[in-house]
Amino acid sequence: MYNERVLKEFANPQNVGEMKDANAVGTVGNATCGDIMKIFLKINENDVIEDVSFQTFGCTAAIATSSVATAMVKGKTIEEALKITNRQVIDELGGLPAQKIHCSVLAEEAIKEAINNYLTEYKKNKK
Amino acid sequence: MRKVYLDYSATTPLSKTVLAEMMPYFTEQFGNANSMHAFGQQGAYAVDGARRKIAELLKVKPTEIYFTSGGTEADNWALKGGANAYKDKGKHIITSKIEHAAILSSAAQLEQQGYKVTYLPCDEKGIIRPQYLEAAITDDTSIVSIMMANNEIGTVQPIKELAEIAHRHGAIFHTDAVQAMGSIPVDIADLGVDMLSFSGHKFYGPKGIGVLYIKGGIKPDKLIAGGHQERTRRGGTTNVPAVVGLSKALEEALDGLDANYNHIKGLRDYFVQEVEKNIGYVIYNGHREHRLPQNANFAFEFIEGESLLLTLDLNGIACSSGSACSSGSLEPSHVLLATGLPIEKAHGSIRFSFGKDTSKEDVDYVLQNLISAVGRLRAMSPLYSEFIGGKQ
Repeated sequence: MYNERVLKEFANPQNVGEMKDANAVGTVGNATCGDIMKIFLKINENDVIEDVSFQTFGCTAAIATSSVATAMVKGKTIEEALKITNRQVIDELGGLPAQKIHCSVLAEEAIKEAINNYLTEYKKNKK
Repeated sequence: MRKVYLDYSATTPLSKTVLAEMMPYFTEQFGNANSMHAFGQQGAYAVDGARRKIAELLKVKPTEIYFTSGGTEADNWALKGGANAYKDKGKHIITSKIEHAAILSSAAQLEQQGYKVTYLPCDEKGIIRPQYLEAAITDDTSIVSIMMANNEIGTVQPIKELAEIAHRHGAIFHTDAVQAMGSIPVDIADLGVDMLSFSGHKFYGPKGIGVLYIKGGIKPDKLIAGGHQERTRRGGTTNVPAVVGLSKALEEALDGLDANYNHIKGLRDYFVQEVEKNIGYVIYNGHREHRLPQNANFAFEFIEGESLLLTLDLNGIACSSGSACSSGSLEPSHVLLATGLPIEKAHGSIRFSFGKDTSKEDVDYVLQNLISAVGRLRAMSPLYSEFIGGKQ
């Protein structure tokens, strides 16, 4: 059902865990649907994502997409990160089964949610 | 890497002695059992012998044994054929919420054709209590179909009492015994059922062959129209090697029933005990006593079943996800939801099913991997962090 790349990413995911000093957090999904993705970002004063991590409750695809999506935004500016689409996440994984496409959408949304939270709350509080 | 198969409720490996018995009927004795000539008569003789042996093993008449392509066809035939044949009594059918898809999908088709279907609930342990049937049955009920043992959580139903209630109201009674046959004693006469389905590959027989037992005098409408096979009630060239294989496999399964039951139940009970001792926040789904010996089904809180299944698979362990996520649907198990398990816990459920070849070493290997897999996935789970954080 899953390709080797997806399984490899699932077996050894990158950027796993809670980040205590994150300044941006985004959570999407819900337990009823079987997927929750939480993304932690540490964004510096130049709006560059210095560090990123995730926690995910979900299937193989949800964990694999969390892993590659976090790797893709690391070192990027928030402007660049906001442009990352679920399609790019799928391509990075070499494809996902049709019924698992929503996992890649969750990854895109979780990153956007984290950055939006940063822009509306963290920056506002700083001023 | 060690390979451990704990999905015997999905299917079993074919017994080597069963295979040996089947082999001649693929090549040398290939005749169509319906042909008049000697080639055909060899096949007919083999099918007759198999039918008589199965009848003898189940203490029923050979004329009450009908071969089908498997459990699914037998279920379709019993429910649709029974509902159609007895519609003059009424167009009300009763089944349960926890049946296999073969029954549930057949019932849905019958609903579209104007039949009224009542789906009985189960209690929180997965038992369909006789009073639920008593409350739902009416004078219009023509057929009641309740599975003997559930495929996901292994609960064994009070079939004898349920069949008595159906009969008291003039309805016929069918049971899907696909999971029960070869695992626990199935005494058809004592159960008092009118029809009973089972399938060869669940007890080390071949795939693609099943049986519908139809009690003498019960006449469900035909499902598969065709030639004169199966006393003109089920068309299609008889699958001679599979029929021979099913009969041999049933003989082996019933000969070894007590020994296998004790071996399998011993390992399952040890497994359940160790899981509950070593892993926190785990729910043992189903009933502790009224249960198939081979079945263990757990909900591991804060994690999702498919990712647990795949983590175990990466370590050579085969089991089955309680959530149907892996089969393409994103809905969690209808059986677990019927027991009242909350949806997020149903998502984290896994079935392990043991077989006669399972060893204590296999179980220990699975335990060790299961404990670390649950730990790994919980470490990734935001639900678990929040729960632990909330407790501190």
